[in-house]
Amino acid sequence: MKRPPVLSRAAGRGLARFAGARAAALVPQARLGGPMPWVIAIMIALTAIAAAFGLALDNLADNARAEISGGLTVQLVEPLPDERNRQAEVAVAILSNHEGVAQVRRVPDAELEALIEPWLGDVGELEDAIPVPALVDVRLRGPVTDRRIAQLRQALARQVPAARIDGQAVWLEPVFAAITSLQWLAMGLVVLLALTSAAAVWLAARSALGSNRDTIEIVHLLGGTDGQIARIFQRSIGFDALFGGAIGLALGTAAILVLGRQFAALGSGMVAGGGLALADWLLLAAIPLIGVALAMLTARLTVLAELRRML
Amino acid sequence: MSEAEGEVIRFDNVGLRYGTEKEVLSDLSFTLYPGSFYFLTGASGAGKTSLLKLLYLAQRPSRGKIQMFGTDVITLPRENLPRLRRRLGVVFQDFRLVPHLSAFDNVALPLRVAGVPEQDIAQPVADMLDWVGLSHRSEARPATLSGGEQQRVAIARAVIARPDLLVADEPTGNVDPDMALKLLRLFEALNRLGTTVVVATHDVHLLRKVEDSLIMRLDRGRLSDPTGALRYPPRRMQVAE
Repeated sequence: MKRPPVLSRAAGRGLARFAGARAAALVPQARLGGPMPWVIAIMIALTAIAAAFGLALDNLADNARAEISGGLTVQLVEPLPDERNRQAEVAVAILSNHEGVAQVRRVPDAELEALIEPWLGDVGELEDAIPVPALVDVRLRGPVTDRRIAQLRQALARQVPAARIDGQAVWLEPVFAAITSLQWLAMGLVVLLALTSAAAVWLAARSALGSNRDTIEIVHLLGGTDGQIARIFQRSIGFDALFGGAIGLALGTAAILVLGRQFAALGSGMVAGGGLALADWLLLAAIPLIGVALAMLTARLTVLAELRRML
Repeated sequence: MSEAEGEVIRFDNVGLRYGTEKEVLSDLSFTLYPGSFYFLTGASGAGKTSLLKLLYLAQRPSRGKIQMFGTDVITLPRENLPRLRRRLGVVFQDFRLVPHLSAFDNVALPLRVAGVPEQDIAQPVADMLDWVGLSHRSEARPATLSGGEQQRVAIARAVIARPDLLVADEPTGNVDPDMALKLLRLFEALNRLGTTVVVATHDVHLLRKVEDSLIMRLDRGRLSDPTGALRYPPRRMQVAE
């Protein structure tokens, strides 16, 4: 009998990495032929849409807040037009000289009439029957606070008794509250979708472990470490997540662009403020990468937990 | 040199039970020495496979103490077991080849698991396949190999990394007598290179085929020592390689 060919013993006893394509070959790779990349693609597409929705709402709220920040409206409710005009001029003069006021503008009558025309028709004909209040737009330096409104009220009280002062942000508070709720909803959806993706990966990893249990046991008994075996599944699911993420991002981006164009076509000033900036697009592009990391981490933890049941 | 360093395996009062069933192995105490060749015999259900599982670290005993290469495997942390397993070669009764890998890749598996660089794998694996007479089937998948060919791939995989201890469960159970003898000669050749060999078999004819082999007989989970060699091993075995 000829002498058996054998390696030196030392060569076979390191604990070096068993990784890469050779290691991955231990587990059959279905890739796009399997359901996993497509499940991940759908999850990533939905996550991107939900995230884009949340980011657009954030931008919209920021723009609206910036626009009305420091804004006040002084209404002069006085039935006699001459007296109303006089008080409006006095109010503009007082406010222009008041400390902390950046800008004062009396809203022209024509602009006011245009505002209420859709509801009341031509106001000029009804001037005597329905007195329209005079409006003065005021912009303060810094935010509007109750204290500052009280100071302005006091400044106007003696010479402009018909004045009523409102902070513009107060009118839009319910709108901001609704936007905030929608942002929380979008964030909740993103979290739920991430959890669902993790659950799908967990199931896929368990299923892959189950169908490759014999192979895993063999590698285990040949001296394969838990880390080596986990890396095989991590790599496999990582590739699935990468394929799925790329497809999902493409689908999500297409949907976001179509929706964006439709909202832009509404021509509403407020909605127009909800466009996505470069940083938002970069964040959306990071979603598949975060998805890949999440999928690989989930796969690793799942496989390690299963392997710990073996000796 | 300590006593343990001159031993491959030492069992002290080892017992094994599965769940709450009665013990399948009881009060096993024996020592395996480097470079020796053991046959493990016994009727079906005697506990041969359970004992082999303890030997190739697929199972921990319910009681007793096992030392392998001087290391207490009972208290050894789980993450350190792979290092010991890489010193073992195992031939499973049902071969347990990876079905979607070629014969070459199955034989290369222990080396790859141990992190041997790819350029150092091709030649030894080719030589090993040639040694077991399968160089012409190196790209064949297990499903396309006969029982005897699969057996030889399994043996090549078990010995490729030159284990310190080779454990074989009925390695000749699926082959004809000529092939059985040939496989036994492979184990003998490896044994002459210093590997301790434990072969579980039903085939009493094989026992006489290996010179200087020792017999361990299991009967209902208890070990008997028909040749006395376990209790009083030949002096040459008590000396380290």
